[in-house]
Amino acid sequence: MTEIAANDPLPKPKRDIAPILLPIAVALLMIPLIGSTSSWLTLTAASLAMGMMIFIMASGLTLVFGLMDVLNFGHGAFIAVGAYVATLVLAPFAASIQADSLWVNLAVLAPAALLSMAVSGALGLVVERVLILPVYGQHLKQILMTTGGLIVAEQTLYALWGPQIIPMPLPASLRGSFILGDVAIAKYRVLAMLIGLAVFIAIQLVLNRTKLGLLIRAGVENREMVEALGYRIRRLFLGVFMTGSALAGLGGVMWALYREQVHASMSDDLTVLIFIVVIIGGLGSIGGCFIGAILVAMVANYGGFLVPKLALVSNILLMVAILMWRPRGLYAVTSR
Amino acid sequence: MMILSGDPPKSRVLTLVLLVIILALAATPFLFPGAKALNVAAKICVFAALVASYDLLLGYTGSVSFAHTMFYGIGSYAIAIALYGMGPNWAAVATGIVAGLPLAALLALAIGLFSLRVAAIFFAMITLAVASAFQVLASQLSWLTGGEDGRSFQLPELLRPGTVLISKNLFGFEINGRILTFYLVFAISALMILGLLRVVNSPFGRVLQAIRENRFRAEALGFRTVFHLTYANCLAALVAAGAGILNALWLRYAGPDTSLSFSIMLDILLMVVIGGMGTIYGAIIGATIFILAQNYLQSLMGVASKAASEAGLPLLPGLLHPDRWLLWLGLLFIASVYFFPTGVVGRLRSGGGDKSKGASH
Repeated sequence: MTEIAANDPLPKPKRDIAPILLPIAVALLMIPLIGSTSSWLTLTAASLAMGMMIFIMASGLTLVFGLMDVLNFGHGAFIAVGAYVATLVLAPFAASIQADSLWVNLAVLAPAALLSMAVSGALGLVVERVLILPVYGQHLKQILMTTGGLIVAEQTLYALWGPQIIPMPLPASLRGSFILGDVAIAKYRVLAMLIGLAVFIAIQLVLNRTKLGLLIRAGVENREMVEALGYRIRRLFLGVFMTGSALAGLGGVMWALYREQVHASMSDDLTVLIFIVVIIGGLGSIGGCFIGAILVAMVANYGGFLVPKLALVSNILLMVAILMWRPRGLYAVTSR
Repeated sequence: MMILSGDPPKSRVLTLVLLVIILALAATPFLFPGAKALNVAAKICVFAALVASYDLLLGYTGSVSFAHTMFYGIGSYAIAIALYGMGPNWAAVATGIVAGLPLAALLALAIGLFSLRVAAIFFAMITLAVASAFQVLASQLSWLTGGEDGRSFQLPELLRPGTVLISKNLFGFEINGRILTFYLVFAISALMILGLLRVVNSPFGRVLQAIRENRFRAEALGFRTVFHLTYANCLAALVAAGAGILNALWLRYAGPDTSLSFSIMLDILLMVVIGGMGTIYGAIIGATIFILAQNYLQSLMGVASKAASEAGLPLLPGLLHPDRWLLWLGLLFIASVYFFPTGVVGRLRSGGGDKSKGASH
């Protein structure tokens, strides 16, 4: 052990960059396999956009687990609720959506997304109080309760909106692609990437630069210690849960626009994808979740291009490979 | 009590309810005429066995698996593909069984060794992912599985509805191949449930319960918990595949909706929790309540929904629509996890049951 004098700066934690290099390596490895550079660029942009959307949906789940050891199997419900609520705003303003002006489109999209986030967040408050609080600390019951919540939420959506698929057209100015030489990148994907990056940076700033973030990170590492220092970690947790639910709602809106349709069963497929991302990233780690989401999206896009039949199975293979390499995910944050 | 492995229902009401259910199931072909009643009874038998095997995992080891329908589907598809490919003969049935059961057990072994080392929550997520991948695989490999349409097939001569074994003028009832198939389903389901009862009351079953209560302590006592959990996972998978085989034989069809879909997994969860986890008997009760509700509650809700819409009430017609019955069962599910975590069976056992026996447990 080296001695540290009182005035020395604290030793910096070691940066673990191997996981960061992984998606870059995967992307570079794919250049020769795919052959043409222009389709590689298009696929890479598609993976990044899809990865950002998955990250937005998964980030809340991983933090909630890391902080409070609560796994919400009903997380997908917030995604579907967010998407459905957005239709409430987007349907009456269909004319502004079809107007060929980015600002008019965004003036409708932004309130729709904000309303979705508000409703999902409020639903998060109810779910946390009603479903999770009574079974706090009991894994088995948490899984059962939240699964029950998912069933009820999905069925309520069907009861309110009917079982049919609701179309959700992209705004006129976000359709089509930017064309640079022979590379085409869909405009909506650029927007998705920007929003995803903004969310990632915002979460990182809050976690690393504010006292609130300090408490959350400390809570992930050792809950009792934070409680012993006099902070009400239950309230902190409620805040994180609501933020996570709101982000899931935002992700739901973005995903619905990406697919241009809304259906209550969209939460089922996405839940699986999100779980894979959260496992790959390491439960509780935002950075791992970000990399995991990009990796999953890359496997889905490159895999879908090279071997279309194996799109979903390839996610499982990815998960197995990552867990062989690091049994607790890319970044193991919690001691659990 | 040999046949129940020394684990009787331990409550007079429960014993009575179980007896009524079993007798009613056994006598369905004679008591309730018509194809629907027989279908419902066969489904109850198949699901009672399937849910009991899930109870071995959920109730006795405390691990939540979302891959149980996968094993059920493997059994269904194995028999369907064999009978579809080789024609309606007994050799095909045997081939289906010989191929399906080991495949299910091997897959369970692989999943178990890979994911049971870690926490229960990891296991739940990994099984969910594997099961959804399997579902996609089954619908993609359409040359083998028939894709979304599934596979319909014919049964061997003896089990067909057209085969009259005992003609009507002998007892007043016609015994045909369909009724023989029903009794085959009934008997094998009963055997599997009794077998599971034997397993959970063996020393092995006690170790599983010890692992559920406190895995570290069980490990400290010298039990190789991964071995026990994996073994239980394989056993549950075998019984689930067996139930799948019965299901396919009864329906003469195997497809994604009847044997693989995620909604069946949710149904199983609902049944085991409503019936009572960790009791095996709960499976019979849960399956009976759920499937009766599924088949008869819906028509009741249809009537209520119509009445509500005629009365001009807002929202209620939508909430009471027959397709929304799962909403009410979901609420019942949450309520039963919250208020009666031990389910119907646990409630009956702790309530008006035989106190002296209950205390020694």
